[in-house]
Amino acid sequence: MSFFSMTKTLIKSIFHGPYTVKYPLEKKESFPASRGRIEINIQDCIFCGLCARRCPTGAINIEKAESRWSINRLRCIQCSYCSEVCPKKCLKMSNNYTAPSFENVEDEYCNARVPDNKENNRNIAGAC
Amino acid sequence: MGKETVIPFGPQHPVLPEPIHLDLVLEDETVVEAIPSIGYIHRGLEKLVEKKDFQQYTYVAERICGICSFMHGMGYCMSVESIMGVQIPERAEFLRTIWAELSRLHSHMLWLGLLADALGFESLFMHSWRLREQILDIFEETTSGRVIFSVCDIGGVRKDIDSETLKKINSILDGFEQEVSEITKVFLNDSSVILRTQGLGVLSQQAAFDLGAVGPMARASGIDIDMRKSGYAAYGRLKMEPILETAGDCYARTSVRIKEVFQSLDLIRQCIALIPEGEIKVKVMGNPKGEYFTRLEQPRGEVLYYVKANGTKFLDRVRVRTPTFANIPALLETLKGCQLADVPVLILTIDPCISCTER
Repeated sequence: MSFFSMTKTLIKSIFHGPYTVKYPLEKKESFPASRGRIEINIQDCIFCGLCARRCPTGAINIEKAESRWSINRLRCIQCSYCSEVCPKKCLKMSNNYTAPSFENVEDEYCNARVPDNKENNRNIAGAC
Repeated sequence: MGKETVIPFGPQHPVLPEPIHLDLVLEDETVVEAIPSIGYIHRGLEKLVEKKDFQQYTYVAERICGICSFMHGMGYCMSVESIMGVQIPERAEFLRTIWAELSRLHSHMLWLGLLADALGFESLFMHSWRLREQILDIFEETTSGRVIFSVCDIGGVRKDIDSETLKKINSILDGFEQEVSEITKVFLNDSSVILRTQGLGVLSQQAAFDLGAVGPMARASGIDIDMRKSGYAAYGRLKMEPILETAGDCYARTSVRIKEVFQSLDLIRQCIALIPEGEIKVKVMGNPKGEYFTRLEQPRGEVLYYVKANGTKFLDRVRVRTPTFANIPALLETLKGCQLADVPVLILTIDPCISCTER
C-alpha cells in the first residue's frame, strides 16, 4: 500500500498544461478518413436509386422523374454504405461534420441538366 | 434483527452511465437482498431484423452497444459468414483482431475511469479517460469512426490499415503503455483505492460457476474461461493465456482488467508483427440459409450470437446474449451483505452495459 502513488502523474500534469483543445479559439482537425457528412456531385448522378435502396435508415429519397436527390441529414448515420455502392462515384463522405440544425428538413439537390430545375439549382453547396 | 427498509437505487443515479433499477432491501445499512428491474432502454433491435436485410443489419448490430460496437458487428458477421460458408481473407482476420483488441483497451480504460469516479477519485478518472482518447484517435484514423466504426462487413472488412499506420499505432501504443502503467499502479497500490475495493463483494469460484458469470467477473473468481482461446478470427495464431485471479473481490476484478489492458497491447503487437499481405474482403453472393451460434469474448465477457436465416435476404431471427445479462445474477449475489455505501462500486465492478442487455 502506498499513499503518494499518484504524485508523479500529478506533477507531470501541472507542468504539461491542459490536454484539451480550447475549442472556439483552436479547432481540432478531423482525420482525412473521418466520416462527417455525405456530399453529392449532382451533375454526375444518374438517379439509379442504389444508394436509397441500400441506406440502412432510409435517409435518401430519389425522384427520378424530376431528377431530384434528397437526404434527411438527421436520419443519416454516416455509415458511408451509399458512397461505396454508388456506380458513378458521385457520392462522397467528407470529413466535416454536419452543422447543427433546428428543423427536421431534407436537403434537396436537383440536376441542372433538367431545364425545369435550373432556377432552383444551387449546385453542390446548398439545398434547393 | 432490525427493521427492513427498501431503498430504490436508479434508474437515474450519478454512478450509473445507463439506467438500471435495483430495489435494495436493507437492514440498517446492510443490504440483504437486491431485486433488479430492467427494460428502460429496450429498442427492439432483434425485431428490426425483419425490416432490414442481412447486409444492412450489420450496421444495426453495431449499434447494440456503444463501447463494444466492433465486436457486436464482428459477432454478427462471423455468424452470417459461417452460415454462407464464406472464408474471409487472412489479413481481414488479423485486422478484425487488432480492432477487437483496441476496443478492449478503450473499454477497459473507460471502466477504470468510471471506477475511479465511483470511488470519488476525480483526477484518476480524468487521467484514465485522457489515455483512452489516444485509442479513440487510432480508431478515427483507421476506421473513420470514433465509437461506431462501421468497418466490419460480411466477407471481411471495409478498410485496410497500411504498414506506415501500423508502425504509427505501434509507437502510439508504446507511449500509451508507459503512461498506463503509471496510472494502473494507483489502482493496484494506492491505499485509498485498496480500502474501497479489497475484500468487497467476494464471489467464490463455485458461486461464479453456478450463477453463470462470464468474462473478467468469472476470471477474477478463478474460472478459466476466455473465448479467445477457442481461436476465432486470428486468435488461434497468437500466444495468449487467460488472466486469472482467485480472490473474487472488487480488487481482483480490477486487477484482471488491468492485466488485460497489457495483454491486449501484447496481442496487438503480435498481430502487427504477423499480419500477412493480401485481400481484405471477399465478395459475398446469394442469401444465407441455415442457423449458427457464435461465441466471442467481449471486454465484459462472452457474447452469444444466434442467427437463423431462411434463404431470403431477410433473416428469421437474431438473438444476442450479452455479458452484462449473464453477470446480473452474480452481481445480486455479491450485493448481499454489503454496505449501502459500497453498492455503487459493486454495480460498476461487473462493468454494466445496459444498452447491450436490453437491446
